[in-house]
Amino acid sequence: MLAPEPIAVRRRDTRPVLLLTGALLLALGLAVAGWAAGTTVLVTLVRMLVLVAGILAAIAGLGRVARGVRGKPVDVVFWLGMTWLVLILGAAALAPLLPLGNADDSVAGLTSPIFAAPGGIGAEHPLGTNNYGLDVLARAVFGARTSILVALMAVLIGTTVGGLVGMVSGFVRGTTDRIVGILSNALLAVPPLILLIALGTVLDPSIRSIAFALSLLTIPSMVRLARANTITVAEREFVLAARALGAGRVRLLLREVLPNVVLPVLSLAVVMISVLVVAEASLSFLGIGIEQPAPTWGNMIAEGQGGVMEDHPYIVVVPGICLFLTVFSFNLLGEKAQKRWDPRAAKL
Amino acid sequence: MTTPSVPDLLEVTDLRTVFHTARGDVRAVDGVSFRLAAGETLGLVGESGSGKSVLGRTVMGLISSGPTTTVTGSVRIGGHDVHALKPSARRRLWGPEVAMVFQDPMTSLNPVKRVGTHLTETLRRHLHCSRTEATERAVDLLRQVGIPEPARRLRQYPHELSGGMRQRVVIATALACDPRLLIADEPTTALDVTVQKQILDLLGSLVAERDMAMLLVSHDLGAVAGRTDRVQVMYAGRTVESGATRPVFAAPEHPYTEALLASIPNLAHPPHTVLRAIEGNPPDMARPPLGCRFAPRCGRAAAGCTDELPLLVGVPGSAGVTGREVACHHPVGLSAPLEGNRHGR
Repeated sequence: MLAPEPIAVRRRDTRPVLLLTGALLLALGLAVAGWAAGTTVLVTLVRMLVLVAGILAAIAGLGRVARGVRGKPVDVVFWLGMTWLVLILGAAALAPLLPLGNADDSVAGLTSPIFAAPGGIGAEHPLGTNNYGLDVLARAVFGARTSILVALMAVLIGTTVGGLVGMVSGFVRGTTDRIVGILSNALLAVPPLILLIALGTVLDPSIRSIAFALSLLTIPSMVRLARANTITVAEREFVLAARALGAGRVRLLLREVLPNVVLPVLSLAVVMISVLVVAEASLSFLGIGIEQPAPTWGNMIAEGQGGVMEDHPYIVVVPGICLFLTVFSFNLLGEKAQKRWDPRAAKL
Repeated sequence: MTTPSVPDLLEVTDLRTVFHTARGDVRAVDGVSFRLAAGETLGLVGESGSGKSVLGRTVMGLISSGPTTTVTGSVRIGGHDVHALKPSARRRLWGPEVAMVFQDPMTSLNPVKRVGTHLTETLRRHLHCSRTEATERAVDLLRQVGIPEPARRLRQYPHELSGGMRQRVVIATALACDPRLLIADEPTTALDVTVQKQILDLLGSLVAERDMAMLLVSHDLGAVAGRTDRVQVMYAGRTVESGATRPVFAAPEHPYTEALLASIPNLAHPPHTVLRAIEGNPPDMARPPLGCRFAPRCGRAAAGCTDELPLLVGVPGSAGVTGREVACHHPVGLSAPLEGNRHGR
């Protein structure tokens, strides 16, 4: 009888070693990062470098701990990103219920200190106040609400309209297809920022109209993706087989083509969310998006203009980090989705 | 001549399918006629590009006249002239009257739909059954096509099944609405040899059980030989020989049929016998040769063959009426040219 041979494990990769070194690395990294964030000893540039190095060390340590616990490599960056997305989406959704400070009432802000320094957890203004005495943490959370809502609405409109138009034009072909092609190429030919500025002068700066304007950016690429996928799916024999069983055009499109086109379109939609979060921030930074005092990450960053940032860096750093982490996390999610739902891999 | 009391289920008369392409008109099917009664199986054989599959699809009405296609002649299924019907009326024939089994079970099932959904959707649309009725019928259908554990298979996706199982599912969907005519378009080409036999046996027993008519399109003479009542050999869009399967294969009249049969490897031959392939390729259907289309590749071709297109005429047999027809100026079994196959010019 053959007994299964134990698989040799390298000594430095055993579970206790992984847990110990991982925890040490994590603690050390966090300590270095914390010290760098608070210290005044170093020059700003060096402080930033030390901070980043500390964070990277902490992530590497966390990776080792996770590997020790799960027994196999874990994509820690991805899971950190997903944690951030859950946190920020949860906070954005529940913002009115959370015990937050004054986000946009500038009259009530008159009684609060302006440019109060971040007080940390438990303080009245954990992340400080801006020049109207409005609470930066509250503004960051309510800003997330606006930014993500606008991006989600725009992607929803763009995916639905673009996806349907692209599917129909790829399925019907002929004249319809040519007209759709000309229109979507025309839309792609206009530089996006100029299109948005032009729309911004015409439309009133409400969440709805900005979502509409941004959705115009997503429609052409959605049309193209949906059309290309529809054409390859419509050629497959199962569509002919369904037709040979008496299915009409609408049924073929909805029951045979749509389920095969939805996944690649959705994975592009996830990537689009992060593009649109940035686009909305750019518009609001330029002052043609959501207007003050209503907060978005874009107009919060704009508050740092004119020398404010040099004296009160948190005014820019807080919305900047929120923006960076959100876009980064959505990109990670989109990348995973595309890898998982790649139409080339879904060939049965 | 006596007209039969029961009209034939399928009646194809002088069917032509012409595709208008940039290179000119391609006559994929060029004047084909045949009849098929309930309970009968007709084999349609020929090499790739001989127009068999286009013929099958034109018979069904999946290919019909349009901007790039012209279909002339007539196809009558159960008394309905398929190509004269409005598209919506034609769609109602697909399923209850005529259904098709496709070549490749890997691509003819939708990868994102469960096996059960393929079946129940069709059932509910055509037979208007309730959800539970449809599921019961689906289980029953899967059992009929020989799938073990049908209730569990219903919930599986196509990729979870083997090729043979998938082709059984394809057959089950085609049979869902009890069609009177089944068109099997190379149903075994994509399968393993051992599975091929099972699928052909299944189709044969289903035809017998349900008294269906079946049109078996195949390039595999072996598949057609044992399982069809009649056979029609196609070359370059035309019928070159037709008749009862056994005599056609036992004593082919047309040199093409003879060459096709000779190109099958035979286990009785000594090892390393050179396989007798047919030289050359089928003609370019945008520019078919003037006379007999097989003449350029034919060993028996004589001077007249390249000038005049031979017509399909009855072969006189010992018993008189044989139903055997051949389109050749110099048939294999006969020394004298057949009367009546020349155009009266």
